Amino acid sequence: MSTTDGPTLLPSAGAQQDAVDRESLGKQKKGWFNGLGTRWNGLPRQKQWLYLLVIVAVAYLLPILNIPGLTTEPGNNWPLALAQMSIYALVAVGLNIVVGYAGLLDLGYVAFFAVGSYTASMLTSPDSPYVHIPYLWTLPVAMAVAMFFGVMLGIPTLRLRGDYLAIVTLGFGEIVRILATIIPAMKGQVGFQNVGHPPGTDSSGNAIFLNSNGAPWYWLTLTVIIVVLLLAGNLERSRVGRAWIAIREDEDAAEIMGVPTFKYKVWAFALGASVGGLSGALFAGQVGFVNNQKFDVVTSVLFLCAVVLGGTGNKVGAIVGGALVAYIPLRFTAIAEYKYLIFGIALVIIMIFRPAGIFPARQRLLAYGTQVYNKFTHRGSDTPPGGQGEAVGGAHVAGAEEKGAQA
Amino acid sequence: MLGGQQHGPPSISFATVTFTVSFTKHQEEQMLSAAVPSLIHALPMVVPMDDSWISFDVNALAQNFWSATFDGLTFGAIYALVALGYTLVYGVLNLINFAHSEVFIMGCYGVFFTLSALNFGPSAPHLSFWAIVGNLVLALVVAMIVSALTALIVERVAYKPLRKRNAPRLVFLITAIGVSFTIQYLLYVWRGPSPEPALTMFRPTPIFEVFGTIIDSQQIVIVVAALVMMVVIDQFISRSRTGRGIRAVAQDPDTATLMGVNKERIIITTFVIGGLLAGAAALFYVMKIPSGVQYNGGFILGIKAFAAAVLGGIGNVRGALLGGLLLGLIGNYGQVLLGSSQWTDVVAFVVLVLVLVLRPQGVLGSSLGRSKA
Repeated sequence: MSTTDGPTLLPSAGAQQDAVDRESLGKQKKGWFNGLGTRWNGLPRQKQWLYLLVIVAVAYLLPILNIPGLTTEPGNNWPLALAQMSIYALVAVGLNIVVGYAGLLDLGYVAFFAVGSYTASMLTSPDSPYVHIPYLWTLPVAMAVAMFFGVMLGIPTLRLRGDYLAIVTLGFGEIVRILATIIPAMKGQVGFQNVGHPPGTDSSGNAIFLNSNGAPWYWLTLTVIIVVLLLAGNLERSRVGRAWIAIREDEDAAEIMGVPTFKYKVWAFALGASVGGLSGALFAGQVGFVNNQKFDVVTSVLFLCAVVLGGTGNKVGAIVGGALVAYIPLRFTAIAEYKYLIFGIALVIIMIFRPAGIFPARQRLLAYGTQVYNKFTHRGSDTPPGGQGEAVGGAHVAGAEEKGAQA
Repeated sequence: MLGGQQHGPPSISFATVTFTVSFTKHQEEQMLSAAVPSLIHALPMVVPMDDSWISFDVNALAQNFWSATFDGLTFGAIYALVALGYTLVYGVLNLINFAHSEVFIMGCYGVFFTLSALNFGPSAPHLSFWAIVGNLVLALVVAMIVSALTALIVERVAYKPLRKRNAPRLVFLITAIGVSFTIQYLLYVWRGPSPEPALTMFRPTPIFEVFGTIIDSQQIVIVVAALVMMVVIDQFISRSRTGRGIRAVAQDPDTATLMGVNKERIIITTFVIGGLLAGAAALFYVMKIPSGVQYNGGFILGIKAFAAAVLGGIGNVRGALLGGLLLGLIGNYGQVLLGSSQWTDVVAFVVLVLVLVLRPQGVLGSSLGRSKA
């Protein structure tokens, strides 16, 4: 289900007519940075890479630059704030796979985050009696464990309608916290201290990855984000991504067109969960202390707010949204107390007035999409949409792709 | 590590035994750990050897079976009243109203402020029987009005603009959770994080004894009042003109509109009825758990009530009652069996997932709504 069009709640004759009108118009989703997006898509691939390199370089330099006005100091340490922002951004990227691509509302994403955190801490902290492994190995383990929980939760609920998934995940988010409290092995509020960190020492013999030093963690998380983005981008343009978007736009139609909807929904849910577990493990390492107080459902809604704010279905939007949600309370410490209230209201207002978010998603589903889209948009917009679909060859997802083509 | 592998399989199988019947195997386990302490301390444990994960206390359940049953029915009656709000809105709009838990908690605050103003405190009041009844009825009315108003405002502010725009389902769900969140944190900003001081409405007096368990006046009041309300609502839905409208919109909004049903009015009525029942549930909830008035107190109860609605068959009014009572029972048994009151929530959640796996349409089937797409 996309947030701007798609199957409506109470299907009525009027709604159906609206949907038909929308499709025939091929209405472009307008954003505040619409011109920017169009210009960006018009650039050749090499130039895009060049600009991206510059942006990535600036992103890596952020903890050193400490730009006045942007920095969170003196209230909060800037590199630590950056580390937290990057973890939120990673969470938002993961949640965006579930909510943005496949249109499944996961309200308990914090649970997978918690599973990842607990996995990392129980495998590295001296407080836990279990087998210990090096910290970096806990990242894939945390992903696998979170994915397992995702599949366990997804299989019963994804056969049903989206609402059930929403409430079951909402419950799961709270249950993980309760379980951490009442199961003795998970140590409740006492928690696990001295969670491990990646190896390496600087010239004076101190460990590089200290809990008090945010910069290395920021760089590590940023690297992970870039890797995840590359993978997610490829997935988005693959058969899997097209299936997700077809499911999101209209599940029944997708099923009729031969998309195994259940399978791909479980995939989306499991992949999202594994990214959540990954970010949880990074969070556990960065903070160095995990207990049951860190994972309440409100954090989950904050994550959702990050995705919605950025623009559901848009990777860049998710990163910006995640970073913003972490950044605003750290930068403006005066309003930090009211952050949940503010983001709650923001969620309602965005949904009512601007459901596409800051960066509206535009579907570009083909591997060499840029060239194809440019070719067609230069040839004029009177080309019948059906012809485009055939011309690009083997494109099976109608509707969504055509909108992208006209964008 | 080599030693660990050799020692691994017996420790795993042993742990599974502990898992199921820990209370009898406990001593044996201690003997084993005494026999090989050096091994255990030298090797990292792959699987926990003690019952530090989950243990079942069957004896406690056998001893407290009947008291757990009656207490469970009391909780179940409260769940059922809240569940009706979910089930009605779901039946008519095909939407989970996540903000319903906040509609309920607003009612709790209504009860709290009314009774505080009437000088109720932590200890039972020294009033005549009829004075207490009068005060409670007043609190009930206030709670119902507050909850119904909250439900109305939520519908106007959050859902109506979306319906007008023909927004897709995902938008409704996100807005619903946003509204729920907003109300929760408005309460948080207003009243702070700690629960309100406890209020005792009356001292529960034993009425009669069944199977060696005393049934007190509080349990009777809650269960009887909830049952009466359920019957009234059921009759209202199945007999009154408005109730027929509600059923018509639930079946087919377009056709209902063509037949002269005012869809908007029916939707508002549904929200208000849900709010009224949540307000009633709020009174009984505060009666049962005097210190439960907290900004996020509605959240878990909301999930449990939804689980109850699904268990009975969502969209089905009688299903909500059955589901609520069943869930109250199962939750209470689970709590006694597993040894901590917080297990109720976990058990309720597991029940919800199991119902969705085994019988998504619920015990009685969903007559108004559709459980599958």
